[in-house]
Amino acid sequence: MRERTTGTRQADGHPHVGITTTFLGMPTFQEAARVSLTDTVQRRNLAHATGVIREKRAAVVGELDNWEQLRLAAEAIKNRALFSLDEYLVEFEERATAAGATVHWARDAAEANRIVVDLARAKQAREVVKVKSMATQEIELNEALQAAGIDAWETDLAELIVQLGDDWPSHILVPAIHRNRSEVREIFLREMKKVGRPAPEDLTDDPPRLAEAARLHLREKFLRADFAVSGANFAIAETGSLVVVESEGNGRMCLSLPRTLVSVVGIEKVVPSWRDLEVMLQVLPRSSTGERENPYTSIWTGGAEGDGPQDVHIVLLDNGRTNVLADQVGRAALRCIRCSACLNVCPVYERAGGHAYGSIYPGPIGAVLTPQLRGTSSEIDQSLPYASSLCGACFDACPVRIDIPSLLVHLRTRVVEEHRGGVPKPEALAMKAAGWMFADHRRYEAAEKIASTGGKALRSPLLGRKEVLRQLPPPLNAWSGARDAPVPPSESFRSWWKRTDGGRLGPSEERE
Amino acid sequence: MSTTSPVAATGLRVALFATCFNDLMWPETPKAVVRLLRRLGVEVEFPVEQTCCGQMFTNTGYLDEAEPAVRTFVRAFDSYDAIIAPSGSCVGSVRHQHRDIARRADDDRLLDRVEALSPRTYELSEFIVDVLGVSDVGAYFPHRVTYHPTCHSLRMLRVGDKPLQLLRAVKGIDLVELPAADQCCGFGGTFAMKNADTSIAMGADKSRHVRDTGAEVLAAGDNSCLAHIGGLLSRERSGIRIMHLAEILASTEEDPS
Repeated sequence: MRERTTGTRQADGHPHVGITTTFLGMPTFQEAARVSLTDTVQRRNLAHATGVIREKRAAVVGELDNWEQLRLAAEAIKNRALFSLDEYLVEFEERATAAGATVHWARDAAEANRIVVDLARAKQAREVVKVKSMATQEIELNEALQAAGIDAWETDLAELIVQLGDDWPSHILVPAIHRNRSEVREIFLREMKKVGRPAPEDLTDDPPRLAEAARLHLREKFLRADFAVSGANFAIAETGSLVVVESEGNGRMCLSLPRTLVSVVGIEKVVPSWRDLEVMLQVLPRSSTGERENPYTSIWTGGAEGDGPQDVHIVLLDNGRTNVLADQVGRAALRCIRCSACLNVCPVYERAGGHAYGSIYPGPIGAVLTPQLRGTSSEIDQSLPYASSLCGACFDACPVRIDIPSLLVHLRTRVVEEHRGGVPKPEALAMKAAGWMFADHRRYEAAEKIASTGGKALRSPLLGRKEVLRQLPPPLNAWSGARDAPVPPSESFRSWWKRTDGGRLGPSEERE
Repeated sequence: MSTTSPVAATGLRVALFATCFNDLMWPETPKAVVRLLRRLGVEVEFPVEQTCCGQMFTNTGYLDEAEPAVRTFVRAFDSYDAIIAPSGSCVGSVRHQHRDIARRADDDRLLDRVEALSPRTYELSEFIVDVLGVSDVGAYFPHRVTYHPTCHSLRMLRVGDKPLQLLRAVKGIDLVELPAADQCCGFGGTFAMKNADTSIAMGADKSRHVRDTGAEVLAAGDNSCLAHIGGLLSRERSGIRIMHLAEILASTEEDPS
């Protein structure tokens, strides 16, 4: 098994990546990426997988002539919900309660975990089946259940791969995107037998055979478990309904077979009305899986006597979201519907991989969401807003029009502001000096003269007529490690302009 | 080529924003803009008070430090009808970020001036195609060229295929399409230094695509991105040179770039 990014490791092997505690020791994005960039198998897996999803999305988005209007509508729906979140949440609670569900409110991860663990204990559940849920990853529910002696089984195929591999998700939609099928085969053969029905001895890396092994393994758990945990893609205030959007049908088994169903739902998942699904269920599948319509869409409102779960609970999770909502710029990140289109188009994500982001929320949206939810006190969370070239591909792909590049800049400002007042870093000093220089053109001209003189010297026969520099001293060696640097020309543009009156005197251009 | 352009006819005052990076490191680019626009009948002025758009500060999170640059920009260009820069990225910063800096400075007068100035600031190809209404600038450049559309031109300014319209009309040019052209080259300003490894990984793919075209020249509308890709191409001894779009468009049979 290849080495993964290291960090504060838990007892079961992988690092803390939820939105739980602030932890020291997790490498910065830069450090983690330096390692993950050398993972040749992952590089190839990601380049291939993101390329395929990108093309599928582009095709189904391109065929609609009202795509931009749908994006605007989706943005407006989420904004409306967020601007009156307090009212819509109470409305949701009233309607869901009237329909027979029990609604719980959780301030943070610890409270949410306590609610779920207490419910499981009250039902004397020894094991829990789960439909893929970012919210329960965020609060590290599996670990909390495990600590209470309750086994939690992930039933989403990719989540199962991640769980069996003692690994953590590197993508929002495709958690095991960093694995290829031969790795999946190895994991199934090695791990399934430890926790249930073993994989067939003659298992190959043929996708249908792998799916069959997962199906047989999971079926046993579905039929046995009596307690299920889910998340939700949408919570409809008007009706008190929850919506789960998934591709495999495993989620539907989780939602319908066990007697008790507990859904952990981030408070930003609320949409005002049933009709809002018209827009959301168009933009979500096209953006995430590149499908016109989602294969399995489950919607339930409380419980129904004699049909499906009889004891239905909903945990509304804050865990930092109201802090995000208080930030007039940053709150746009709460519009996110976890489609992962931004990950698939991100050139940084494609190369560094999801684990470098040190959070269950990777990629561009993770880089703006994680530091807002966790705060920016740790090195990893301070490094995340800088994990982007600001190329803007994420904003273009986002179905709810989150201007991620602007949010990244906003959060960079926050990181810089938090360091003001203390001992300034070399970068801060350099920025201050450069800011002073650009306040007055005469200062910049003076700096240019020095550079031009240096350039002239470097081009002189004495110094070997250098046209490019192959090695620069620290910290500029970050540039010259792989890139040649140009030698400054012996005359700046403004010197030329002055000398020739904008080229009107003498030859029309000055050559070196 | 007509010498009375729509701009000359209306008597508009047009200023060149060379940008700090071009002024110091790539003076041939703003020189080419002066030659090219003069050929199209537009005499540009170069207000010497100009320095920098402030993007490096803004995008690294140093908004306070960006403020003097924004004030200097406004002071230098306030009295002009059109401001032209050979950089999609710097124009992007003027049009999309100066407003935020002015708001943060809590200076209504500055904000008013910024808001008046931003829409009058053009990237070179926008000015030629949209304002002058020209797509054939009468250039001659007999080389195999591929064009990289820089991210801020493409996704911030939405210049679309304007640079390509101009390049396609160049006499003698052998223009070849760059595979995966709309993908970022990995420069990203201070990203190139702060996340050097990822930046280089992105640049390596860009440079591979450039080499695959068999081009002799890589052109773009931003010398910053070109310095990054060009730095890799030079280290690889690829035999491909970088050139700003303006220098190709300024090139003529009598006065080749």
